[in-house]
Amino acid sequence: MTSPDLARASERLVGTRMRRREDERLLTGRAQFLDDLDFAGYYEAAVLRSPHAAARIRGIDTTAASAASGVVAVYTAQDLGPILHDLPPKVTHPNLNRQTRLPIATDRVRYVGEPVAVVIADTRYLAEDAAELIDVDYEPLPAVASTGQALAAGAALVHEGSESNVAVHIVQQAGDPDTALLAAPHVVTETFVVTRGGGHSMEGRAIAARFEPATGQLTVWDATQTPHYVRQMLAVLYGMTEDEIRLIAPADIGGGFGPKAQFYGEEAIIPWIAMQLGAPVKWIEDRWENFVSATMERAQTHRVQVGFDDEGHLLVLKDVFEHDQGAYCVGLQVPTITMSTLPGPYRIPHIHSELIACYTNMVPTSSLRGAGRPQAVVAMERMMDRVAERLGLEPDEVRRRNLIQPGDFPYAVGLLFRDGSPLTYDSGDYPALLDEAARRIDIAEFRVEQARARTEGRLLGLGFGMFVEGSGLGPYEGARVRLTNGGRILVLLAASPQGQGYETVYAQLAADAIGVSIDLIEVRHGDTALVPFGQGTFASRVTATAGPAVWDACRQLRGDLAAAGASMLGVPLDEVEVTGPGVRVSWAPRRALTLREIAAVTNVGRHGMSLPDDLPVAIERTAYFKPRRAVYSSGIHAVIVEVDAETGKVAVVRSVLGHDCGTMLNPLLVEGQMLGGYAHGIGNALYEEAVYGPDGQPQAASYLDYALPTALEVDRPELFHVESPSPLNPLGVKGAGEGGLIPVPAAIANAVEDALRPFGARITQLPVTPSRVIGALRGQDGA
Amino acid sequence: MAEEILPGDTVAHGTVADADQREWVTLTVNGSRQSGYVDARMTLADFLRRDLGLTGTRLGCEHGSCGACTVIVDHDKAVRSCLMLAVQAQGLAVETVESLAADGQLSPLQSAFREFHAVQCGFCTSGFLMSLTARLREGPILTREQAREALSGNICRCTGYAGMVEAVVSVSRAAEGAA
Amino acid sequence: MKPSPLTYHRPESLAEAMALLSEYGDEAKVIAGGQSLMPMLAFRLIAPRHLVDIGRVTELAGYRLDDRELSVRARVSQRDLERAPDVGFAFPVLHEAIANVAHVQIRNRGTVCGSLAHADPAAEMPATMVALDATMVARSAAGRRMIPAAEFFQFHLTSALEPDEILTEVRIPRQPAVGAFLEISRRKGDFALVGAAVVAQFEDDRVSSCRIVCSGVGPVPFRAYAAERVVLGTTLQDEAVMDARRWAGDGMDVADDFHASADYRRQVAGVLVWRCLLKIRKERGAVHG
Repeated sequence: MTSPDLARASERLVGTRMRRREDERLLTGRAQFLDDLDFAGYYEAAVLRSPHAAARIRGIDTTAASAASGVVAVYTAQDLGPILHDLPPKVTHPNLNRQTRLPIATDRVRYVGEPVAVVIADTRYLAEDAAELIDVDYEPLPAVASTGQALAAGAALVHEGSESNVAVHIVQQAGDPDTALLAAPHVVTETFVVTRGGGHSMEGRAIAARFEPATGQLTVWDATQTPHYVRQMLAVLYGMTEDEIRLIAPADIGGGFGPKAQFYGEEAIIPWIAMQLGAPVKWIEDRWENFVSATMERAQTHRVQVGFDDEGHLLVLKDVFEHDQGAYCVGLQVPTITMSTLPGPYRIPHIHSELIACYTNMVPTSSLRGAGRPQAVVAMERMMDRVAERLGLEPDEVRRRNLIQPGDFPYAVGLLFRDGSPLTYDSGDYPALLDEAARRIDIAEFRVEQARARTEGRLLGLGFGMFVEGSGLGPYEGARVRLTNGGRILVLLAASPQGQGYETVYAQLAADAIGVSIDLIEVRHGDTALVPFGQGTFASRVTATAGPAVWDACRQLRGDLAAAGASMLGVPLDEVEVTGPGVRVSWAPRRALTLREIAAVTNVGRHGMSLPDDLPVAIERTAYFKPRRAVYSSGIHAVIVEVDAETGKVAVVRSVLGHDCGTMLNPLLVEGQMLGGYAHGIGNALYEEAVYGPDGQPQAASYLDYALPTALEVDRPELFHVESPSPLNPLGVKGAGEGGLIPVPAAIANAVEDALRPFGARITQLPVTPSRVIGALRGQDGA
Repeated sequence: MAEEILPGDTVAHGTVADADQREWVTLTVNGSRQSGYVDARMTLADFLRRDLGLTGTRLGCEHGSCGACTVIVDHDKAVRSCLMLAVQAQGLAVETVESLAADGQLSPLQSAFREFHAVQCGFCTSGFLMSLTARLREGPILTREQAREALSGNICRCTGYAGMVEAVVSVSRAAEGAA
Repeated sequence: MKPSPLTYHRPESLAEAMALLSEYGDEAKVIAGGQSLMPMLAFRLIAPRHLVDIGRVTELAGYRLDDRELSVRARVSQRDLERAPDVGFAFPVLHEAIANVAHVQIRNRGTVCGSLAHADPAAEMPATMVALDATMVARSAAGRRMIPAAEFFQFHLTSALEPDEILTEVRIPRQPAVGAFLEISRRKGDFALVGAAVVAQFEDDRVSSCRIVCSGVGPVPFRAYAAERVVLGTTLQDEAVMDARRWAGDGMDVADDFHASADYRRQVAGVLVWRCLLKIRKERGAVHG
């Protein structure tokens, strides 16, 4: 990244804690989230959803609803024939037991919340009134509401006609794990359960659409993380070309975290209805709908065995886990990520990783911040502390003895990554993470304090969690940079943000790459009309993919500006510099051109006039970055908790969070991601549980029952950074969006168990609720 | 019964409903008198957003738990506008986030939010600003513990609250310092 | 999550309010602060055709504190009561309990009487009023009923109020007593997993009467009579309060639910009762040297 014509280090914006440009509108209430957008003459939609986890639909009578006040139309499956096509999963596997997923239920419902009918009316109030008048004749059927139930002999089938409720069964091996287990001097075995949870971005899902018959253009506004993916799905479904559909992710989206990166039935239905009615239609998911129909995640049960020697060297890791896929396979990314995250930062010669993904009668699961990694970290890191316990080692020491060393990169783990390529870590410094965390938490000092506290009847505990996280996924990401006629630089991103600060960080990058003042640079994003190809914001991938694309496009654009300036100023190319407001002669700075002056010639031109050979015209550059393979962030959480053994309440006393995301383009934003992720980690570790009853009825479908952490539950952790730039992209960047969350549930569970060690209580289920702590002390697992 | 519309009033469009489910309401919003017909069942939040076009107040849960809809009523009470019917605001003074920045200048609290990176997606921000504005009218927030308590009635899923804590304390300390 | 259609009434007098309830009977619901009612309307768990807003009824404003009793009328918000120093001085346990109610944004609108009429057994006000031996005043066009708190809460979310009755005030007798309130919830402000409200009176140094009430352990606030019996006549010495802890759950009819097991609630109820009694003992010791 260092080259002589770049800005001087003191002027560089990349690497600085620049405050955000998007904040002003967000602070003053002038942001435009999808529900704030006004479309002349629009109607609102309400979706009628199944109240049963499993049922046959014998008939639907919409007569009363259609006649209700303010209702324009009512749609059920029979009215949606042309779009009743299978919605393929986002990520699949050759062994997947594929079951059809339609945009709306036809004759069966398979989870509470599944769409059954859509009402279009003048207002949401009236649409909801009418939805209540729809008479659906359900014949309830037995449901399965856990992977255990789904796999039991004689279990009801989520999909009739399927052989079983298994969605996919995948085994990955490195070495010879069965032999290694038999030969290992020590083996520890445990089963860990992680319960379902949701993302709960403060803005739910939202879609609006408008069709313009005069041009045949369908415009869809969608609070999605993946505009091009949605557009492609619609193009196929509607039999339209991609250019006939413009998918706009609004400039402001209220959080994403994964559930907004999937493709839902509502996204298929609402735009189609807008086309049928010839009027704009808006659907805003309310919070109850978000609870029962936005994808969830996390529910897994891991049966883990670790074999090791007397020094605590890991010899073999065997993990067989059940993954709750929900009623349909929206995508297999989560469990396949779990598989590849399992070995973490350790050298493990023999690995057996086995996934049994199950269909269940609950809302489908798919990526949600962490996306399967925290569960893998629970399996691995809980076992590391058990290994430490067995051998009487401290938790940092047992890890230290097994870490992949800095000289080992690129390191081939022996398994396959989610993209099918060999899992190969690019760079990292795991010992640095561990040593720094251990130094800050001061284990020796803690043990003294822990012992003293015990004499006072207070229980303190220490836990560690480490992880390696694949990020920066392919296949590619794109950016387009243009000199506008008015003399500004427009950076156009294919991906859409939901709070990550793209308008700031990519302006920083562009300013450094081009050399002009950042005040001349504007960033726009998430509109398929701006950049034709893209993948989207998920899996902490954008910095590592869009970043290099922006850099590349901007460097090329800079070259064009320099060439244009040189031509117009009549000097050789190596005698101009791009800086400040435009281009100037380096030895005669007063001889300068603003960008506007350049654009007047290169872009606007004069009608019919010829231009010199050496003058570039129509200054715009597009670049796509195609990562060779994923890059690997890493991190660690060291935490001290205090447990009240009488009430089961767990309080975090001290938290140290370390992270390595390679080069940091804006450290302020990176910290924001870590701190935000940490709050999700606290939620997952201690509070959030989307419980379903055995009949598949959601028990926690409001914030009265589902506890999101507030500022009182989340104290600021101590942060530290290690920077191991990735060799796989020119900026050396890696993902930062999930590292704050990934190690936290495991570390906290480890710490609680450490606090309760004198009682021999075992913590094997997350979240660690007060009831589970007391249950563990009484010798029972679970609540 | 319609009240008299005074010169200078802004009249909301209102929604159409049966006469016995429609109410005339007059209230003050951000210093301006607003009048109009509303559905009796319409929430204050929806009235602000739909009828008055003040979309800064947001709907995060519609059952009073997340705080994204928080406004200030009668100068000192932060309330959930999703848990009030518009008609219940009859005769009251309501302040929304749009009132905080005077003459296009961010208030000290808003500036501090930006300075300390207390905003990411921004969806919860209006609600936090109103809760904090009401709380700061009662007195300064000088410690992290007080700040966390003051923040605990609103939910954020992006920032982890740390930047907000710093922003709130810095605003109070600056005000104390200047006093 | 929009409420169903309804007709709104805003009576200005109690007579008018009661007449409306007589007319509409169980088609009507009373709304004051709306903090419990509005979520139910939003989820369409209920769809009353008529809402009778008592928020401007003149007779229902304010509280009255004299040397006999505290009378809190229906319009008094939890925040109003929380910020009344004279109330806090007379009934410190009431302030302790209110501080646990949700968040200030809810307390600004939510009323004390509203919380009582809502009758959630995990809420703070019902258990505290039982511990304070309060009396609820219910009025309708047919007349007035005085309902002791112990009889007011009949089942989960069900009070003794008839559809045409308004809970106009709650009256708390003033007695020289020491109280304590503790609650375990997942997050501060949440409904209790378990809570305890204890109020004790002393003669010489011995407990002459005691009310121990637990929230979150059944369909109504639970009066821990067995625990009360073992502390009566004692000086709240260690063995007595430990006995109370052991006996707190006697007679408790509590089931597992997904937030906590029955064992958990029973056990932690005992812990909270014990901690409350220790607090009372300490405070009494501080007062009496």
